[in-house]
Amino acid sequence: MNFDFNEKQLMVIKNAKEYTEKYLAPGVIERDETSTYPIDAYRKLGELGFVGLPYSSEYGGSDAGYLEYVLAVEEIAKVDASMAISYSVATSLYAGPIAGFGTEEQKKKYLPPVLSGKSLGAFNLTEPNAGSDAAGVITRAEKKGDRYILNGLKCFSTNGPLADYFFVVASTNPELKTKGLSGFIVEKAFPGVSIGKIENKMGIRSAQVSEVIFDNVEVPAENLILEEGKGFMLAMKTLDSGRMGVAAQGLGIAEGAFEIAKNYLKTREQFGKPLYKNQYLAFKMAELEMQIEQAKLLLYKAACDKDTGKPYTISAAKAKYACTNAAMDVTTAAVQMLGGNGYMREYHVERMMRDAKITQIYEGTNEIQKLVISGGLFR
Amino acid sequence: MIRSNMRIIVCIKQVPDTNEFKIDLETGIMIREGLPCVMNPDDKNALEEALRLKDEYNAEVIALTMGPLQAKDVLKEAMAMGADEVILINDLSFAGSDSLATAAILAAAIERIGHYDMILCGMQAMDGNTGQTGPQLAELLNIPQITYLKELNIIDNTVTATKWTESEKYTFKLNMPVLLTVNNELNDPRIPTMMGVMKAYDEAGEKKIKVWGANDLDIDIEQVGIKGSVTNIYESCLTHINRVSTIIEGEDEKEMAKSLAMKLSELNLI
Repeated sequence: MNFDFNEKQLMVIKNAKEYTEKYLAPGVIERDETSTYPIDAYRKLGELGFVGLPYSSEYGGSDAGYLEYVLAVEEIAKVDASMAISYSVATSLYAGPIAGFGTEEQKKKYLPPVLSGKSLGAFNLTEPNAGSDAAGVITRAEKKGDRYILNGLKCFSTNGPLADYFFVVASTNPELKTKGLSGFIVEKAFPGVSIGKIENKMGIRSAQVSEVIFDNVEVPAENLILEEGKGFMLAMKTLDSGRMGVAAQGLGIAEGAFEIAKNYLKTREQFGKPLYKNQYLAFKMAELEMQIEQAKLLLYKAACDKDTGKPYTISAAKAKYACTNAAMDVTTAAVQMLGGNGYMREYHVERMMRDAKITQIYEGTNEIQKLVISGGLFR
Repeated sequence: MIRSNMRIIVCIKQVPDTNEFKIDLETGIMIREGLPCVMNPDDKNALEEALRLKDEYNAEVIALTMGPLQAKDVLKEAMAMGADEVILINDLSFAGSDSLATAAILAAAIERIGHYDMILCGMQAMDGNTGQTGPQLAELLNIPQITYLKELNIIDNTVTATKWTESEKYTFKLNMPVLLTVNNELNDPRIPTMMGVMKAYDEAGEKKIKVWGANDLDIDIEQVGIKGSVTNIYESCLTHINRVSTIIEGEDEKEMAKSLAMKLSELNLI
């Protein structure tokens, strides 16, 4: 067993850090306040090959793996959790099902624009009545000749308002419930695709999340991924991978807040000594340090499972649970340690605390992760 | 228009990351152990300028470094950023070379490379800070040099190079080949693409690094290394600068300006 990164992984970390400092750190507070998405920073992320990290260079990827990808998401999330989720949605949730299950034509046509950073991609599974329970999907795809006619409303679509391409799960046979779901690639340019309400959120405020509406949208039959009825499987497999992106986001948030708290404890003096000389605070930091490391090891293990072709559903669920809980616990503690300053925007940790909360909810709530993990135990 | 086969050589140096560095308070010598090494920042600007010319004119970029085997790291980084060819000059007899001996070794390596149109060097290395190697190299190769480059344009075989001093701006026209030294005011070095990283840090990348020793170069061993170096470090010690700040207070700006002028005058600064 080897716990060392190789040279490539070290360089991914180094360059992701440099990218983050240069393109994301400036203005991160203002973007949160104004809910502004830095589209140019995303384009740069694509140009530098981060979006395509785990995919083949044949389709505009960088020929690396999932571990390299989660390392990049982690670095970005230390500073900007909104870009981290936008990135993760493009790479895991949009490109994932196409790269994993698409035809050669689908991969050639629909991966390069998003992996290169020219366009954003989004994932549309959730509906007002289909959250944790995907069987509630009522968006309909009816076959007519060589096309499918898509009708329905998707919600909470991250990147939705900005995306040129969507992976959409719709029902081709409502009677079959989840077995009647199918996965499609839909272009924003197809007539009848529109953006509904743009959400006003507690955290990840710079990320753009919206409803996506399909009104008699004609989708060519060649845009169906695999065959009819495979949509639920595609969505679940995609979310297994996506959870590693969310885990990396949570881990990065935790680490970012931890560093701020650590520096604060070293420099802030009260009662004639730096704060860290109070054993309660020092011990609390020791606990958080352990929680971060435990979460990190689970995440890297899950990514290695995927990269070495092992099953990773369970390990990804564990990683998502541990990393996102670390995000919430560490950011909450960090705000407390910074006291009144921690509550103020300029110290960053209050934003990180707001950003952390969603990581326990999306791409499978942490209760769903326990369902997945316990399901594996008593199968 | 420009010749399609323009070739640029960039000299780079691996240096200890002085952002991380600590000094032994007893001896006054830098603690090298455990210190991460990086590409010298000015050299990265030199490489960026070469890569900019590669993007614009399809120039060929060769990165050259002298150092221990560990210096392969900066060559891999140069490859990841886009250098076409990388060469490490490594020989035990080169150890301890001062800037002049280093320039002699680089000159011999450049003679071996053969044809070139431009040599780009960082203005100075952040460990030694002599700023001599580039100019010495130009002298040894007997080519024109412009230090402290601020702007660069190329038309046909002519380089228009601008440098600024504190008070003046100079623009030169020179025929290639030329040697130019640059610092971080010239450009903003690129972040390598991940594809570049995956290729450079692969086995194939490792194999692309050419390693030349003393036997590969036309060089007199007596002229290089510690023996061939004209400078020797006599003593190394820490200096202490005590800064004292004074806040000038007063009723209005005029009065404050007056007392500032008086103070500067007392100190013979104006």
